[in-house]
Amino acid sequence: MKPAPFDYHRPISLDEALDLLSNLENAKILAGGQSLIAMMNFRFVQPDHLVDLARIPELTGIEERDGVIRIGAMTRQRDLEFSDVIAQRLPLVKAGLAHVGHRQTRNRGTIGGSLSHADPSAELPMLALAQDATIEVRSTRGARRLPAREFLRGYLDVAIELDEIVTAVEFPCWRAGHGWGFHEFARRHGDFAIAGAAALLELGEDQTVERVSITLNGVDVTPVRLTSAEDVMRGRRLDAELICAAAAETRHLEPLEDAHAGAVYRRHLAKMLTQRALGDAAKAGALIASV
Amino acid sequence: MRVNGVHYEREIEPRMTLGDFLRHEIGLTGTHLGCEHGVCGACTVLIDGRTGRSCLAFAMQEDGSEITTVESLAQGGELNILQQAFQDHHALQCGFCTPGMLMTLTELLRDNQNPNETEVRETLTGNLCRCTGYAAIVEAALDAAQRLAAAREA
Repeated sequence: MKPAPFDYHRPISLDEALDLLSNLENAKILAGGQSLIAMMNFRFVQPDHLVDLARIPELTGIEERDGVIRIGAMTRQRDLEFSDVIAQRLPLVKAGLAHVGHRQTRNRGTIGGSLSHADPSAELPMLALAQDATIEVRSTRGARRLPAREFLRGYLDVAIELDEIVTAVEFPCWRAGHGWGFHEFARRHGDFAIAGAAALLELGEDQTVERVSITLNGVDVTPVRLTSAEDVMRGRRLDAELICAAAAETRHLEPLEDAHAGAVYRRHLAKMLTQRALGDAAKAGALIASV
Repeated sequence: MRVNGVHYEREIEPRMTLGDFLRHEIGLTGTHLGCEHGVCGACTVLIDGRTGRSCLAFAMQEDGSEITTVESLAQGGELNILQQAFQDHHALQCGFCTPGMLMTLTELLRDNQNPNETEVRETLTGNLCRCTGYAAIVEAALDAAQRLAAAREA
């Protein structure tokens, strides 16, 4: 199908874009377009105005400052995938990016676009939640910052107003040498995940879990932190038994059912993927001999 | 917009996709539109040197961009090395997906001169072939990589 008619705007500064958004009725932001244009082609979405952010230089770039990686919202997923800073400081994010769509869509898709679209199976919202990222949004009324857990409000729904633009995402780095693991199950590599798990680990000298983050996608209307499993692990000595005990916390999940998978199957996947992600996290930092 | 090195200027509606622009406005019908929602990959072209789905881009967005389509591959009526490898390995049946396959592999072989089978297969996850010809397509891609290496040495 073809999209319904709309007016196209291509601001060259953030201020111009914010002005347009605050004045136009039924306007949508065009970032990489890899979800929006598909939805427009189906006429699921029929904006009267598209505001294309691609020519606003200040929205692109990756920089590190005081242990925080700041990524401009219009930075392409492919540029993140091959960034040395991301590879070194956010290895979990790099691993997850390989699962974001396909090469052709990562070339165009942006981090801000993926976060704002907030598909429950998508990787970038999950990674933002896993790393406790902060989302920066701006409007003509000013700027504000939201933690990922507040930003990701519901199914394809984020906690920003119609005149606001996501301008940057900040990822706090974990300690150098931290463990990480990412596992996802999809019917075809690059397709939307049926379920996935991301894990981060920091251990003390005696193998005690000092810090842990376990995040799942595909099991609820938003990605979810498995906080009860994190509680199980924190302060305990890491071994295979502890990983199993943490993964068993997925029994409390009440996953979505759809044409791809039922709740029982999704819960099973969540458990196994959590176990594998934690196992990899333990190995990635060479933290324990065998898990 | 420049397409295959030629400058084009057209007045268009904002809702015209890049794929429709290539086919209907400037008559380059080598690019095929399959699903028109970013799943099949048949419409893949290079946009400023990077693959993209031309059904998931509006032509207006690419004002000033350099577009490369499947028409650029054969020179002087001669198939290029990748195209020749496709023919030799019977890597196409109906041919609908082929332009997208060729453009995706053009980018891969430019960026990775010696890809292994896994890399080729991962790259091709974004392109569907409904004649189930992946095995031959992968063989053609790997063979093309070798032939390109040989051509570079020669």
